[in-house]
Amino acid sequence: MSGHATYQPQSGFMKWMERRLPIGSLIHSSFVAYPTPRNLNYLWTFGGILSMMLAVQIITGIVLTMHYTPHVDLAFKSVEGIMRDVNYGWLMRYLHANGAAMFFFAVYIHIFRGLYYGSYKEPREVLWILGVIIFLLMMATGFMGYVLVWGQMSFWAATVITNLFSAIPGVGEAIVTWLWGGYAVGNPTLNRFYSLHFLLPFAIAGVVILHIWALHVAGQNNPAGIEPKSDKDTVPFTPYATVKDGFFMVCFLLLYCWFVFYMPNFLGHADNYIPANPAVTPAHIVPEWYYLPFYAILRAIPDKLMGVVAMGASIVVLAFVPWLDTSKVKSARYRPLFKQFFWLFVAVCIGLGWLGAKPAEGIYVILSQIFTVYYFAFFLVIMPLLGIFEKTKPLPNSISESVLDAKA
Amino acid sequence: MTMQRKLIALVVAGGLTAVASAPALAAEAAPPPPRVSWSFSGPFGKYDQGQLQRGFKVYKEVCASCHGLSFVAFRNLADPGGLGYSAAQATAIAAEYQIKDLDDQGNPVERPGRLADYFPSPFPNALAAAAANGGVAPPDLSTMAKARTYERGFPWFVFDMFTQYQEQGPDYIRALMLGYRDPPPEGFKLPPGAHYNEYFPGHAIAMPNPLSDGQVTYDDGTPATAAQYATDVTAFMMWAAEPHMMARKRIGLQVMIFLIVLAGLMYFTKKKIWHQVEKPREIAAGQDPDKTTI
Repeated sequence: MSGHATYQPQSGFMKWMERRLPIGSLIHSSFVAYPTPRNLNYLWTFGGILSMMLAVQIITGIVLTMHYTPHVDLAFKSVEGIMRDVNYGWLMRYLHANGAAMFFFAVYIHIFRGLYYGSYKEPREVLWILGVIIFLLMMATGFMGYVLVWGQMSFWAATVITNLFSAIPGVGEAIVTWLWGGYAVGNPTLNRFYSLHFLLPFAIAGVVILHIWALHVAGQNNPAGIEPKSDKDTVPFTPYATVKDGFFMVCFLLLYCWFVFYMPNFLGHADNYIPANPAVTPAHIVPEWYYLPFYAILRAIPDKLMGVVAMGASIVVLAFVPWLDTSKVKSARYRPLFKQFFWLFVAVCIGLGWLGAKPAEGIYVILSQIFTVYYFAFFLVIMPLLGIFEKTKPLPNSISESVLDAKA
Repeated sequence: MTMQRKLIALVVAGGLTAVASAPALAAEAAPPPPRVSWSFSGPFGKYDQGQLQRGFKVYKEVCASCHGLSFVAFRNLADPGGLGYSAAQATAIAAEYQIKDLDDQGNPVERPGRLADYFPSPFPNALAAAAANGGVAPPDLSTMAKARTYERGFPWFVFDMFTQYQEQGPDYIRALMLGYRDPPPEGFKLPPGAHYNEYFPGHAIAMPNPLSDGQVTYDDGTPATAAQYATDVTAFMMWAAEPHMMARKRIGLQVMIFLIVLAGLMYFTKKKIWHQVEKPREIAAGQDPDKTTI
């Protein structure tokens, strides 16, 4: 693909710099001249929103670490100290806690968008797999951050999740002891979770750079799912994508601030305002809402080991989607059958989320099992078969043509 | 053991340690607590200074004999957005308390409280608190208003996101303090030392009915009823759990106004910039978009 304009250093300093470290032309080619398909809708602004949320989480997180104490006797107290005595500490903590929820909300929209428009297909397989790695790192980071509060739900979530590893035959118990750094969740566990919770966001930032690099090599997919053929099909990143991303970022901030300032504890769990107590188990141990679909899959299977395998597989399967989907057509816009199965899949994921918050008994278990079957069938049966049997609609000749057809 | 069985085992073990309270899993459905219109609810909610001061009096004279308030310091009584006491008044309140400390020689002493001190807990430690209360330590009240809730269920929790109903904790706590029934309903087997409460999960609560009419003297003419005490002390607990709520909601309004204006400006900037590409009116009028300009 050709760019819209090449970089010409203006000032003397930038000319001097260009011959030594061409950072000016790197930024120009990546964020100014970079051609973006002209038909992108607002769902394509979530990449920018996610980058913003990563920055927000790292900045607020670094402020919080300056006041937090990773010790079983002091962690809860230091969090309350942040809430009460640190200047704007309540703001930093609520931004960080709700920021995690908003981060996951945005990443789920980002992933569903990729599935709907076939953004994982050739030549974007590596881009997609890097995204799955980011998602896995986010889950680990979010979980360990939740434990740091050292409330009741922190402690018991840590106990339940680390115990999952005990399902591994033979070495399971040894692995759990190794993870804990002791014979129960305790101070060594809290210390290592703190260390890793600080480290992993920077690992995420590193993979995000690779993700954006891969994106800028392959170019963005678009709602029509066909590659740009000429400069008429694309617009330069700046000002077009910049202003569009900026507008939707502000809209996203409105949603985020609604929770931060007006209902900061709505997305959390009341039990986490009770200090951790290994002697008292909460009536219901429930993860944060963004893990609930996976928790439902875990509990849908009566065997512990198979439950853990299913939960792991529900995320790992995403990495194979580029090869599981056999259709040559990318966008669901031209795939009438896939579109229906896709929306059913979205409904099933939301349903699993609801079931994850319910007790594992009676009808809830049966529903979880039905939904789990559909979750895997969507990837392992429907995706491969649709590519063979589905009659797709004719594709437009170019992006420009698809835009004009829609407008006319 | 499967995870489910392990969880059940843990729950049962936890239930056994919590003497005098039936395992919550076996709880029969409690009615939803009645909703109170709190002065601090909604986007413009503010604490009512008089109510917080009355609630503090109820805490001091009733709750404090068993429940700590360990994350709240005497200086907080004079913080803005709270009870509204002057520094001198807060100092005087602090001086009413005896604080354990060490003197210059390292000998344990008791001295009058200062602004920097935190509310002293009624028991020397959790074990002593449990031993004096039938095996269960009365919980600290610092974060209580945020640490209790009741399940709203679908679809109500979705509506709550828009109506900003988040006072489930205060509503539950107030209802609990007024929810004692003596004798318990017929057929209900109350464990020894427990009390029947309509709103407590499992209904058998270790805490005896704490409030009765006329127990605390109000000097501002507010009716001295148990219902009024419960409302006031719940508002006080909300302040203790969330002392910066008024600053949060005030800044929130400024942030929201700023973001709404910025979103509007961004939207029209975007429209203007993209017009060159989209030319919606020209296309709608059937013109060739390549031959038109703005």
